[in-house]
Amino acid sequence: MRLEPIADPGLGRTLGFPAAALAATLAFAMALAMAAGADPLVVLGLMIKGAAGSKFALLETLNRATPLIFTGLAVAVAFRAKLWNIGAEAQLYAGAIIAVLLGTGAVALPWPLLLPLSALAAAVAGSLVLLGPATLKLRFGVDEVVTTLLFNFIMLLFVSYLLEGPMKDPAGMGWPKSQRLIADARLPRIADGLRLHWGFLLALIAAAGVWIVQTRTTLGYEMRAVGLNPTAARFAGLPVGRIMIKTALLSGGLAALAGWSEVAGLKGSLTLDLSPGFGYTGIIVAMLALLNPLGVVVSALFVAGVFVGADSMSRAIGVPTYIADALLAASLLFMVLALLLARVRVRRG
Amino acid sequence: MEILDILLSATFWAAAIRIASPLIFATMGELICERAGVLNLGIEGIMIAGAFTGWFAVYAGMPLPAGVLMALLIGMAFGALHGMLTVPFGLSQHVVGLGVTLLATSMTYFTYRLALPEVTSPPRIEAFAEWPVPVLSDLPLVGPALFSQSPLTYLAFATVAAVAFTLHRTPLGLALRAVGENPASVEAQGLSVTGLRIGAVMAGSGLMAVGGAFLTMSAFNSFFFEMVNGRGWICIALVVFGAWKPWKSLLGAILFAAFDALQIRLQQTPIGAHVPYQVFLMMPFALSILALILMSRRAEVPAALMVPYNKGER
Repeated sequence: MRLEPIADPGLGRTLGFPAAALAATLAFAMALAMAAGADPLVVLGLMIKGAAGSKFALLETLNRATPLIFTGLAVAVAFRAKLWNIGAEAQLYAGAIIAVLLGTGAVALPWPLLLPLSALAAAVAGSLVLLGPATLKLRFGVDEVVTTLLFNFIMLLFVSYLLEGPMKDPAGMGWPKSQRLIADARLPRIADGLRLHWGFLLALIAAAGVWIVQTRTTLGYEMRAVGLNPTAARFAGLPVGRIMIKTALLSGGLAALAGWSEVAGLKGSLTLDLSPGFGYTGIIVAMLALLNPLGVVVSALFVAGVFVGADSMSRAIGVPTYIADALLAASLLFMVLALLLARVRVRRG
Repeated sequence: MEILDILLSATFWAAAIRIASPLIFATMGELICERAGVLNLGIEGIMIAGAFTGWFAVYAGMPLPAGVLMALLIGMAFGALHGMLTVPFGLSQHVVGLGVTLLATSMTYFTYRLALPEVTSPPRIEAFAEWPVPVLSDLPLVGPALFSQSPLTYLAFATVAAVAFTLHRTPLGLALRAVGENPASVEAQGLSVTGLRIGAVMAGSGLMAVGGAFLTMSAFNSFFFEMVNGRGWICIALVVFGAWKPWKSLLGAILFAAFDALQIRLQQTPIGAHVPYQVFLMMPFALSILALILMSRRAEVPAALMVPYNKGER
């Protein structure tokens, strides 16, 4: 079989194949529900209801989407420049550590100063975490996929050490958990009585910011050029190494804000289960969004809805929540295939 | 000197070989894929799927070898998926590989929860017993280390020999290596690049799954979440460390496992009382990164690794 690029794919093809990918994902989810011995329509209905059926459900979905927007942006920025940052999980925890470090009373500042300072420091910490693998890639040609993956494990062990050692809450009844953040270090709720914190709005602002960087600045243009063809970019005189480093700093910083906002906005303290794989799920979010920063918001809401809906459905009828992880992983594969088929024709021979 | 005592004890080396066994299978699996030009990041998830499948087959009443076979088959199935998407369709091997890892992991957890909904601690199985080789197992040091192991460990070593022989001494191996260096030349020979690559990914993925099955069928005797714990990613580093050569990669796996066995023992010495245990647990991952840096200078990467092949395109 042979692939022939289509010069002008047309709207039907460009939209039809991604739509088919979503339909295939739906069919896959229904097959899983049937395998679990449940009525697929009931499962689906309960998932939708659990994700968006009430004000509480909707807010839960928005809360869950917040870290996913940040990690999705981190991945989208990096992947667009073909920097394979699979280490958003580690960068997320770096941000969370900073939130605790600055937020538990060590820095006595009022919130208008403390929150920006802490967010900035968190982003810098995340940037530094990705700077390591990015430098190794540029200096020694070490594949950043493997190093960022390995760093995730190192970081989690480091957090475990912190939570059992220097950062341990003395009043935590022996649980590996940090002290709670002081009031000035907490992200306030958007409105009183509304269980949604400012992190969500910050995530939206970040998405808009990344969109502006990518479409309206030289750096955005350079990052895309490097991603499309690094050899050509170098030939055209672009400082490929410097652009890669800038990309890494931006990506790592965004991922760190996911952990920072989870601690400062939602949880109020750091535990080892802060992230149920937000860093890895960010890859799905970014790919479903076709690496478009505004699309990341939409796909993060979708992915968060699937998770929140599956949790609620599972509590009701006992189909394992892992149905969410499985259907999202499948959707990733369906989608990359659909995006290819939208622009090539498959020929025999 | 405590470290010396540890290094000279037979139980230490026996443990090192045991720890190395799952890595050897999975490293050989990744090596086959990469020599054929396909980076397989599905490795971590495929190991998890293999660990569960082998264990569950035996739990459901199958004999142990059948459990290994089932793991092999499930690995090959995920390999077929990976191969279909990355070879004829030429999709990003990074994205597809991670997708396969996420899919294999979540499908495994989903199936596990379906099969054992109420279980808090997973049931144990009667795992492979040690098979001491007559006479040889009585040798000092070498005997307990190499000749008093699980049959799966012997199989791991046999796999290295088989992979090395096939790659370097058979026409199939020549074709496989060529497909990872210069696929057009293979096509010119009238062989199918697609077929060879998909075949390599399927075979390699099968081995990865058997590596995972070692964990449940020979090491822990039970399945639990996160038991693979990054071993797959470490194996990718081991392939680089071994310069894409089977025997060198075997050496890397054993060296690595020896360090791992050493850090476990050091935790129980006075050093362990002063250093947090997390530092010891970080060592394998830090070591893998170090190995990648050290070997990067003389990398002998297959020339067509991660380069999709589309017939008629130059």
